[in-house]
Amino acid sequence: MGEFKVHRVRFFDYIPSAIRTMAFNSQTERLAVARADGAVEIFNFNDNFFQEKVIPGQDGRAIEALCWVGHRLFSAGLNGEITEYDLENLRPQYTVDAYGGPIWTISSNSQGTQLAVGCEDGTVKIFAILEERIQFQRNLNRHKGRIISLCWHPSSAQIAAGMTDMITIFDAETGHATRRLLVDRATGASKNKEVVVWSVGYLSDHTIISGDSAGKVQIWNGLTGTLVRTYLVTKWDVLVLSVSKDESSVIAGTSEGTVIQFQFISSTVDQHDKEWVRTRTFRNHSHDVSALAHTDTAVVSGGMDTQLVVRPLLDKVEKNTQESALRKIAFPHRSLVGCAKKAGLLLFQFPDRLELWKLGESEGHGKPGDRLPVKRKPEKLIELKRKGEDHICCSALSACGGWLAYSTVSNVRLYRIQYSNTISINKVSKLPKELRSVHQLCFSSDSSKLFASSCQSSVIVVAVSQQECRYLHTLKHKTGSRQPVHLLCASDDGKWLATANTDCEIHIYNLHKMKLHCMVPVYNSCPTTIAIHPVTNNLISVHADQQIFEFSLVQKEYTQWSRRLQTQGLLSLWLERDTPITHITFNPKNLDHIILHDTYMFCIIDQSLPFPELNAVLWNQMTLKSLPVSQRIGQSHAFKICKSFQHLMCVSLLEDLSLVVVERPLLDIMSQLPAPVRQKKFAT
Amino acid sequence: MKHLPHLEQQAAGGRARVAHTSNTAASALVRLTVIRIWKEDDILLDKAFKATVSSDVWKVHCTHGGEPVVLFQRGAVRLLDSLLAAPQQPIEEVLAQEEAIRWSAIIVTETQQFIIITTEQKGEHFLYLQRLNPNSVQRYRLEREEPGLSPLSFSATYRDKHICLLYLYPNGHVYQSVLSVRGLGTEEGVQALPLPRSLLLGLPVGDGQLEAASAMALDEAHVAVVGVPHPSAGGGKGSLSFQLLGADGGLYDFGRALCLHSTVTGLTVPSHNFIAVYNLKTSLWSYSNKVFIPHGKTLSIIPFECPKSSLASALGKLKHTKTEESKTPNSVPSWNNILHGEKAQPSKSAETRRTRMTRKSQSTTNLTTDQVLELIKTAPVEEIQKEVEGFLTRAEFQDLQPSVGQLALTLVSRSLADPAFYSSSTLAQLVHTRCLCHSVCPDLVLLALEKKDYFLCQLCLQFFPDIPEAVTCACLKAFISIPDVDAEKVSLEPDSVEFMENLITRDRAEAGLQNGFSPTSSVVNDHQTRAEDVKKASAPSQLICPVGLHKAVLINEILQTPYSDTFLLPHLKDLSSQHVVLFLQYLQFLYLKYSQDAFPQMEGFRSPSLSQIMDWVCLLLDAHFTVLVMTPEAKGLLLNLHSFVKSQVRLVSELGKIEGSLQELHKMKAKESIGQYSIEIIELF
Repeated sequence: MGEFKVHRVRFFDYIPSAIRTMAFNSQTERLAVARADGAVEIFNFNDNFFQEKVIPGQDGRAIEALCWVGHRLFSAGLNGEITEYDLENLRPQYTVDAYGGPIWTISSNSQGTQLAVGCEDGTVKIFAILEERIQFQRNLNRHKGRIISLCWHPSSAQIAAGMTDMITIFDAETGHATRRLLVDRATGASKNKEVVVWSVGYLSDHTIISGDSAGKVQIWNGLTGTLVRTYLVTKWDVLVLSVSKDESSVIAGTSEGTVIQFQFISSTVDQHDKEWVRTRTFRNHSHDVSALAHTDTAVVSGGMDTQLVVRPLLDKVEKNTQESALRKIAFPHRSLVGCAKKAGLLLFQFPDRLELWKLGESEGHGKPGDRLPVKRKPEKLIELKRKGEDHICCSALSACGGWLAYSTVSNVRLYRIQYSNTISINKVSKLPKELRSVHQLCFSSDSSKLFASSCQSSVIVVAVSQQECRYLHTLKHKTGSRQPVHLLCASDDGKWLATANTDCEIHIYNLHKMKLHCMVPVYNSCPTTIAIHPVTNNLISVHADQQIFEFSLVQKEYTQWSRRLQTQGLLSLWLERDTPITHITFNPKNLDHIILHDTYMFCIIDQSLPFPELNAVLWNQMTLKSLPVSQRIGQSHAFKICKSFQHLMCVSLLEDLSLVVVERPLLDIMSQLPAPVRQKKFAT
Repeated sequence: MKHLPHLEQQAAGGRARVAHTSNTAASALVRLTVIRIWKEDDILLDKAFKATVSSDVWKVHCTHGGEPVVLFQRGAVRLLDSLLAAPQQPIEEVLAQEEAIRWSAIIVTETQQFIIITTEQKGEHFLYLQRLNPNSVQRYRLEREEPGLSPLSFSATYRDKHICLLYLYPNGHVYQSVLSVRGLGTEEGVQALPLPRSLLLGLPVGDGQLEAASAMALDEAHVAVVGVPHPSAGGGKGSLSFQLLGADGGLYDFGRALCLHSTVTGLTVPSHNFIAVYNLKTSLWSYSNKVFIPHGKTLSIIPFECPKSSLASALGKLKHTKTEESKTPNSVPSWNNILHGEKAQPSKSAETRRTRMTRKSQSTTNLTTDQVLELIKTAPVEEIQKEVEGFLTRAEFQDLQPSVGQLALTLVSRSLADPAFYSSSTLAQLVHTRCLCHSVCPDLVLLALEKKDYFLCQLCLQFFPDIPEAVTCACLKAFISIPDVDAEKVSLEPDSVEFMENLITRDRAEAGLQNGFSPTSSVVNDHQTRAEDVKKASAPSQLICPVGLHKAVLINEILQTPYSDTFLLPHLKDLSSQHVVLFLQYLQFLYLKYSQDAFPQMEGFRSPSLSQIMDWVCLLLDAHFTVLVMTPEAKGLLLNLHSFVKSQVRLVSELGKIEGSLQELHKMKAKESIGQYSIEIIELF
């Protein structure tokens, strides 16, 4: 196959934001995750945990709680506002100030008609959920002290509110506090410190479960107001609780990074009276677990260490299947790195800035395995701070490196970069008004056009040139899907544009005619990346379930290769990888080569070679290396996988045929996190 | 021969085998097919019980506590009694056609008797382990050494339910194989199991190979080897060397091994006999702590002792951590030298002793050890002194070891019995030979203390490696309580006194002599010196040694003796609080002196090391802290100690911080090496 010169880049200082809270919607199997920077991410648990939507964050939007009401997603935060999100346009739809100071918690009743928020000033405010908005209804009786956590009784008649040193049960109708459960403080030195009830759960049998800052998980009888059981689970805080849908299991997340499961079971085999028993402990985090979701089959947790962990409950899933595997989602499922292939430039996207780097140069040649001396070091050309308080949601760099664009939820900025002796960057001042809120940007390969995905799955085409920036057309499809376009890809010859949206649709537009060319048959898994082959104009799409398709744009059908691949099937090792393919490039010198990567490997698919047999070894590079050249042909198959580089953010092939590999080692991220409360010492 | 019930001997003639057994009170002589038996108390050759057996006998083995066993040439084994009951019984052939017995031995365990036979067949060597009653045999194959080499000697011992087989090859390799007694008999058969072996010793052989040699295990840690030619001797002389195996199975070098034989006593072998000892056959036996070496018409008997390693040396703080290896006299004579009568390389101290003595003593009579011993019991001090001096001058150094011990013992016991009698100089002389140690003469130190002979005490503390903690403590107590006036009268080792003098007066000396020349002679440096003087004057109060010079010297000696905390601590508690305070003050003085300006450990002087001083401070505080806290005069001292501990702690914690940041730097370096950016070449296939 050959040698590659690899630019191994590790200077992308990307630090994911800590996970603050999450909410799981069991109807749609969507998990909403809020991060500390205010970003909200939607993961589709039906589709390989694919991160299908990202709503960028905003300075000052400190989300404390998320709440699904049907398909609608609400959040509340310390800025005192309740926000509903527009999941089709990936932006907040509206915000309502609750006028109660910072909001700590939000919860909806089981019918989805009312929202209760707990405020700093000690009020529980009830909002009615209307068709398009929410409306303040009333306050429950106010108490001294902030309301930290809330939970509706499934009957919607009562609300349990966790406060400092106590839990109050309100009658939702009258707004009166019916019971007050006093929570013990921690013993010892912290006896004078008030105890904060971080989380409460209210079960249909009126059992109340609370987790507090003294490290206790307590089971209360809500009818009598008596304490049933206390479990001291940590020396630190129990930050979050989550109750399973059938109310037979509760999980608690602690500051130590552990998740502890309690189950409602009979303690001895023959007895019928069940009680809450501490059963399992999961340790998948190094820092605070501040967000938890109990799905039917798994414990989903997240926290300070920024990783989302899906830990299947082994009594609920079939063992030793892909379903039972632990999953850690550490990186976003979209590319944050742009690469100008012709100019050898890299664009790094951070929430608050963009960095443009020029790659270094080496001298001489070397054998495989060598590290070449770096003649010229990589150089940071531009660091572009965003304006305004909205975070950057997407960015694009043209292949020539002359244009740079980024977008927030509120506006788009386009810059012209000129490289003479010095670098000059000029903002293109007059942008067409259609370019306002976009969620994906892409330049045509000749840098003459900018494509931007906009509301209702439409794509805006703008011509960019030295003189002006002119709106050309809005491309629309006719399927009626309003889901956002998350992938854009223009062909090298400038004729085609492919778009993919989170309804799993892939549309092909003819840019010469500025109209829809065709739609790729909808596959039931969301495309994670798409690319158009520079010569054959075949569209390669890779989906969240790791399937690969090749679609001929000219013939409007799947190619022979794609059909063969589907007939033969992909190896299970390939299908079981747990990170999606996020980028595809082609090798201009060898048209059969498709280069794609996920977080832990990159792969060159050679379309001229046979697919691996079902019993073949997928990672056969070592075997091939050990074989004499003459025997390699017989052994080799289409998938050339290289795992020497890990935690990949981008793999791309420059015009000079050298590979660019952008790594972001997890250890580097970990080393920049604050120290965990609990250091693991020896064998404890 | 009565003392050697398990001694078995192949007669020189080769036609007959003799065995002796004490429990049957009879001797048996075998003329191949005829066994003759004599009663022990009636050794008329004619009066013998004769039995003719049907096969050639190799040997009659018998051992203490076991029945005599007849081993036939073809490998069969019979108990003598059962054989005599039916002499003509058919004897089976155990060995193969061309297999011949090379060596055999009998081993008696608690419950069983074993016959070990080694055989040779076409260059291959086999081992048969034959169990008697019930009979079973196991055959092992010895691993091949270099081609053409067959084992020179075997020796088998039984310990801990295992039979240890030791065998020596001409290339000097001594191997050990361990056979379990228990596992035997489970799989019986003629198929030869490979016999695992481990190399125990690699004797230096030099160019050639050993022509004849024998090795024998004395105990777990000692192996005696006798052979010709001796590796180091080169010539065709026989030699006996003892090799010491550490308890851990490791090997100590030869010199060390000999050193540790410091308690070998009673060497009575006339050395000249050994020069032409071994012709071609060598063999070796040991019984009751004596090695027997037959050669020609003589039998050499060498008593030996395998010293047990002492717990104190393993656990305690060994003497002279900064090693006086070079100084330690090779007080134990090399066995080699004993055996060959070669002039031992006399150790430095011995030599000086001798020259000193030849100068001084003009002893006329040449008394033997026994005569000197007799003399000591009665003669007056002066005469004894003269004779002992003479004896020491005359005696071969290697013969000193036992006799010095005896002399010292006798002297001490007389001094103890007769309070009027005390010969300090003679004892000092004996100690000076460095052939003595505390275990040999346990009363010596206490006697010296009693007689207030502090010089002798100092010598003992210096030269004895094994002074018990109780005695050390007694010495300490005595030293501390000497009035300074008395102490100054004592004459002590000049070196140690000089060291202390230097330490006490160094400040002045330093000021006077900068960088090796006297500034007074130089006008140019005058200014500088004055500046220095000013600095000195302004420096905080000069340290004053809390004890007198000689007392300090004696205490230094204590500080340098080896001890083990656990044993010392209880004795330390006996010290009175005044003494403790004084001692602590002195230790503090030493510590300050040492730490003041990176005190250079003076080369060539015996001096306590900084860590020894600190150890003693800690020990003292451990033993007496509660008392000291209550003692008003100790308050200042404790505060001082506390403050310098505090400063040390602060220093160490600062260092720790630096260490942390250095480590961080190190880590950053490591990260750098992976690099933020690199250009690499990879190849895909």
